[in-house]
Amino acid sequence: MKAFLILEDGTVFAGTSIGSARDMISEIVFNTSMTGYLEVLTDPSYAGQAVVMTYPLIGNYGVTPDMESDKAWPDGYIVKELSRVASNFRCEGELNDFLISQDIPGIAGIDTRALTKLLREKGTMNGMITTNENYCMDEILPQIREYAVGDVVSEAACQDTYVLEGKGPSVALMDFGAKKNIIKSLNQRGCKVTVYPADTTAEQIIRSEPDGIMLSNGPGDPKSCTSIIEEIKKLSETNIPIFAICLGHQLMALAHGAKTYKLKYGHRGGNHPVKDLAGGRVYISSQNHGYAVDYSTMDSTVAEEAFINVNDGTNEGISYVGKNIFTVQFHPEASPGPQDSGYLFDRFLDMMKGAK
Amino acid sequence: MPKNNEIKRVLVIGSGPIVIGQAAEFDYAGTQACRSLKEEGLEVVLLNSNPATIMTDKDIADKVYIEPLTAEVVEQLILKEKPDSVLPTLGGQAALNLAMELEESGFLKRNHVRLIGTTAETIKKAEDRLEFKSTMEKIGEPCAASLVVENVEDGVKFAESIGYPVVLRPAYTLGGSGGGIANSRHQLMEILENGLRLSRVGQVLVERCIAGWKEIEYEVMRDARGNCITVCNMENVDPVGVHTGDSIVVAPSQTLGDKEYQMLRTSALNIISELNITGGCNVQYALHPDTFEYCVIEVNPRVSRSSALASKATGYPIAKVAAKIALGYTLDEIKNAVTKKTYASFEPMLDYCVVKIPRLPFDKFISAKRTLTTQMKATGEVMSICDNFEGALMKAIRSLEQHVDCLLSYDFSRLSKEELLEDLKRVDDQRIWKIAEAIRRGITYEIIHEITRIDIWFIDKIAVLVEMEQALKACAPKVASGRGGIDRELLKEAKRLEFPDSVIARLTGLEERKVHDLRYEYGIRAVYKMVDTCAAEFAAETPYYYSVFGGENEAEKTDGCKKVLVLGSGPIRIGQGIEFDFCSVHCTWAFSKEGYETIIVNNNPETVSTDFDIADKLYFEPLTPEDVESIVDIEKPDGAVVQFGGQTAIKLTEALMKMGVPILGTKAEDVDAAEDRELFDKILEECRIPRPKGDTVYTAEEAKGVANRLGYPVLVRPSYVLGGQGMQIAINDHDIDEFIGIINRIAQDHPILVDKYLQGKEIEVDAVCDGENILIPGIMEHIERAGIHSGDSISVYPAQSLSKETKQTIEEYTKRLARSLHVIGLINIQFIVCGEEVYVIEVNPRSSRTVPYISKVTGIPIVSLAAKVIIGHKIEELGYASGLQPEADYFAVKMPVFSFEKIRDADISLGPEMKSTGECLGIAGTFDEALYKAFLGAGIRLPKFNNMILTVRDEDKPEAVEIGRRFAQIGYRIFATAGTAQALKAGGVKAITVNKIEQETPNLMDLILGHKIDLVIDTPPQGAERGKDGFLIRRNAVETGVNVLTAIDTAKALITSLENTNIQKLTLVNIAEI
Repeated sequence: MKAFLILEDGTVFAGTSIGSARDMISEIVFNTSMTGYLEVLTDPSYAGQAVVMTYPLIGNYGVTPDMESDKAWPDGYIVKELSRVASNFRCEGELNDFLISQDIPGIAGIDTRALTKLLREKGTMNGMITTNENYCMDEILPQIREYAVGDVVSEAACQDTYVLEGKGPSVALMDFGAKKNIIKSLNQRGCKVTVYPADTTAEQIIRSEPDGIMLSNGPGDPKSCTSIIEEIKKLSETNIPIFAICLGHQLMALAHGAKTYKLKYGHRGGNHPVKDLAGGRVYISSQNHGYAVDYSTMDSTVAEEAFINVNDGTNEGISYVGKNIFTVQFHPEASPGPQDSGYLFDRFLDMMKGAK
Repeated sequence: MPKNNEIKRVLVIGSGPIVIGQAAEFDYAGTQACRSLKEEGLEVVLLNSNPATIMTDKDIADKVYIEPLTAEVVEQLILKEKPDSVLPTLGGQAALNLAMELEESGFLKRNHVRLIGTTAETIKKAEDRLEFKSTMEKIGEPCAASLVVENVEDGVKFAESIGYPVVLRPAYTLGGSGGGIANSRHQLMEILENGLRLSRVGQVLVERCIAGWKEIEYEVMRDARGNCITVCNMENVDPVGVHTGDSIVVAPSQTLGDKEYQMLRTSALNIISELNITGGCNVQYALHPDTFEYCVIEVNPRVSRSSALASKATGYPIAKVAAKIALGYTLDEIKNAVTKKTYASFEPMLDYCVVKIPRLPFDKFISAKRTLTTQMKATGEVMSICDNFEGALMKAIRSLEQHVDCLLSYDFSRLSKEELLEDLKRVDDQRIWKIAEAIRRGITYEIIHEITRIDIWFIDKIAVLVEMEQALKACAPKVASGRGGIDRELLKEAKRLEFPDSVIARLTGLEERKVHDLRYEYGIRAVYKMVDTCAAEFAAETPYYYSVFGGENEAEKTDGCKKVLVLGSGPIRIGQGIEFDFCSVHCTWAFSKEGYETIIVNNNPETVSTDFDIADKLYFEPLTPEDVESIVDIEKPDGAVVQFGGQTAIKLTEALMKMGVPILGTKAEDVDAAEDRELFDKILEECRIPRPKGDTVYTAEEAKGVANRLGYPVLVRPSYVLGGQGMQIAINDHDIDEFIGIINRIAQDHPILVDKYLQGKEIEVDAVCDGENILIPGIMEHIERAGIHSGDSISVYPAQSLSKETKQTIEEYTKRLARSLHVIGLINIQFIVCGEEVYVIEVNPRSSRTVPYISKVTGIPIVSLAAKVIIGHKIEELGYASGLQPEADYFAVKMPVFSFEKIRDADISLGPEMKSTGECLGIAGTFDEALYKAFLGAGIRLPKFNNMILTVRDEDKPEAVEIGRRFAQIGYRIFATAGTAQALKAGGVKAITVNKIEQETPNLMDLILGHKIDLVIDTPPQGAERGKDGFLIRRNAVETGVNVLTAIDTAKALITSLENTNIQKLTLVNIAEI
């Protein structure tokens, strides 16, 4: 079946429908990872967005148990070529069937490189995937332009608190749309992890007397999470060690008076170099964010810049002065992507130990 | 960390002559590194014995020494040039081994020279089997159960404890020399004995066999601060068991999930960190197909063939970055030269798929076993880029230039299903074609996978191509009945999968031109995408392109300047080697200097010409008319240069003219005139130049007619080939039948030539002609008499035995020929001199194999002169007097180097068909020293045991006596077969008679296998009947590491050289000063 991707600037890509055949409108973003399409599809940070994979051959190893959450999150999925066979010893099915079962519409067979270049040059755009060959441009363009990501955190976060047992320190994890591997990375290091819904109050968390607090990744514009920011402010005033990733990092910065802004086309992939300003070491990181913290708006007596992106100099991490708070923009939990910065979880564990 | 300012003068060691397993990739790496060092203001002293390389140019390094790569030479050079540092990680295993030798002897320390790029400790940890294993154990990286053994008994004991099959890997050898898989005690003993001998340290690793696992490689970079990145990972389509150099390789990996990918990536980073490598490194893994279990196969603590491939596949300049790291820079301080925005501390992301296919030499060695093992056999490789795997595979296949253009090119349709299944078990270079045939027969993926262990994903991709073949074939009835052609969607899909128009035409029955026109009518045209290292995330500035069908075109025609298309020479193969890349690159530079925009088309990932900053634009594409036409459509060049890219480029001349692209320099019809027998004879007649009599034929009957008229022996060869492919000396009708049969195995577009064979001195000349005047840098004389391919002959400059008159005749003939062929640019002529009589045997109005060599030893840059002449300059404007240039003060000897030990069952005897893979140079103030250096550079280091075997054909006996006498004089004990022994004794030379092979033991074979022989001189009789005996002797000798000479003249040169081994202190010549 034919399918079309129509961008808000009127560009149309014609291809073949994959996944669900329903129409969808969303914000189109690209991811440059060459492996890990399942981790991408199940990353809650993609809520409210449709994702283009720049690597052209997708689905080669089918559906493996490598899910970062219980469902697929992107509104739509855009690839160059979806493999017709899936080959891997852990393969449980084919990607197209997965998309269908998750009711995710998609399009294949388009020039994903041209699309990526367009998004790079013009910035992230909204778009529509439709299988209706007789679409009326005048009608749909306003609809496409009107689309806004909105409040997706509440959608992506868990609804109920749950616990993963562990013999080590207890960590309260605020779930804004957390990837499983963040939870797993802590749990594997022995932590008892209690996962709280995004709207949990600071009081509730403080009352549980955790050894540390983890603020997770999540989707959407950090500025829109006003009430969460208030709660985080309260959390940061305690002495409980806090580690935050991605959205959590942005929210912490906002809670300390800094500003965030939308990147032209974001960082999504597994090859971004980040520099640890303390030692000068560079790590290759996994990234997925459309917004960034503008460190120049931060009071440097409140927080020091800890990491920067080597490519574009944007902020990648902040260390809060005199506090046990440490936050990063990138994803030390990897999945997908390089595991180079996994040591940061160890650092968090040390922080918790030190605080005792 | 900024640059270490203590480093001011660096000695870079190259990799020496091209042999299988160590080829052009090191010229690429070395050249890039030298340029990178010079960019930093350092003085570069270069040592490499290979004159065909670009790195040994005076514009690449400040001081250039083309000298033998021995520890003595390096020591002498260090004392002479006083470098403060040595960079050994860019010259392959050869340079690394040399560095180790100097470090271990304490020489470097004594002379306050530091190794940069890597430490001796690192090299040892990575290369020494035992140390490597214990290092891996220490950091918990698994290796296959293995044991280093130093004798056969221990090997057998260990193998039997872990069970067969076992893999054998000798320590410190290149391309896995002497390795293999043993399935039984018998096989083990055979391979082990050989491997122990080939290993520099007499060690072989006996290892658990992991054949059938996925073979995955990672290219890793690390700086002194500990930052590390992976440039690229690669997956071998052929599972473990085939040397990665002989495997079809895809980048990035296709069948690994992120979990497997990251698991191995993390392991690679751990390894490079533990080994403390600063620079580039290659880690090879075997990954169990059904679990997460993996083993580290090998680590190369240096740039390698794989890193050249990774560089070209991603656009990340590994050698350049490695050189900067050696100077102390960290990755985040080095700019990404492709994007010019980002830094070297990132990982390239591909938005395309890269396929590499090895170029195997079985078309040259028709008797050789095609089986692929852990011993590398490929002489070169091709790479292709596309946005789908099928397309990349199809493009790579047609880039091979082995008469293959699709998966139907080898015909297995006559095999029964059982035979086919049986044949599939044999791992050889035709395996993907056999898989395609199996799919056509309806054999399931599972069965194919069961036999080949190739991943289902790849098998399915082959199936996609087979299905397309069938869909196209299904159009044939419609086409035949005139009811139409191919519908747009099908054609579009066929092109997306990179089916060439010619194949579509064959399958559908449409004419090729029709397919072409239909495509244009439907608007199905190739578009070009950029290799930008970052999957379009950042705007890149380097125009490095590949084609796909469908989508947006990124290659833009630039206006405002003249544009020249330079056609490269494709994969390195015997007969067309790195020399032609040297020519292409120099031509590009010369045009660039003259203000042209330069566009290179080539498909060889190992070469300098495909480095992204050589030409203004690089198209990484197959060199076929259709592929070139698509580029021409977009670029609309003002002209194309074909005379520098060997036969590959020359073959495109006609097609280019049809596209309306002017051929710059010598016109196509004149190129033809040199190859067309009748036209050429007419020109020779007009010029009053004699040539050996001969004629053109198509059949064996005609050939026999001509041969009998001329009288045997005659030379038989196809026209339009390079490296004498298919050329043979026939001594009777029977030979003719056999040779013509071999030639006609491949359909010939051109007639076969039969010439009278003259046994005289062979002389070679390269010249530049501006249409009027010529410039001959020098005359080269071959040591071997005519009958041995010029590429396999020892070539001496200046010619030693020619009279002044003969030289004048040669100059005059060259001038006449160049003028009457209207040569604008380069011409290469081969002469035979019998007495004072000069005959022309071959004229090539293009660059030749000897061009780099003669340029370097005369100091006359003839490629750039030729390019300038092509642009319109006259020789005299360029600062040279016309005619033969005065002879240099030096003697130079170019020595062929062979890789016979790598190719099982290849006949090593020399003849009119070229067999050498590379060359080295000896240059000195005296002929004797130059010759000595040349043999030293070629790795012939004698004497060891002072024993030799002499067995010659009857006509060589008189000379053999003389040679025997000289060898005896320097202390050699001579073993000879009855006839030769008798001749020697009659001449008063002491000889020990030994039995021939078919006679009872002890015979020749026992002697050879006894490891007590230095040298075998065996001159086989001419003709097809070379005797199984001689073949066996030569093979066994080569495989046990004994030097074998098959021409009496080579033997004479060797003894001259050995008589001069008293030359203790070599004079080192800085080529840059010539």
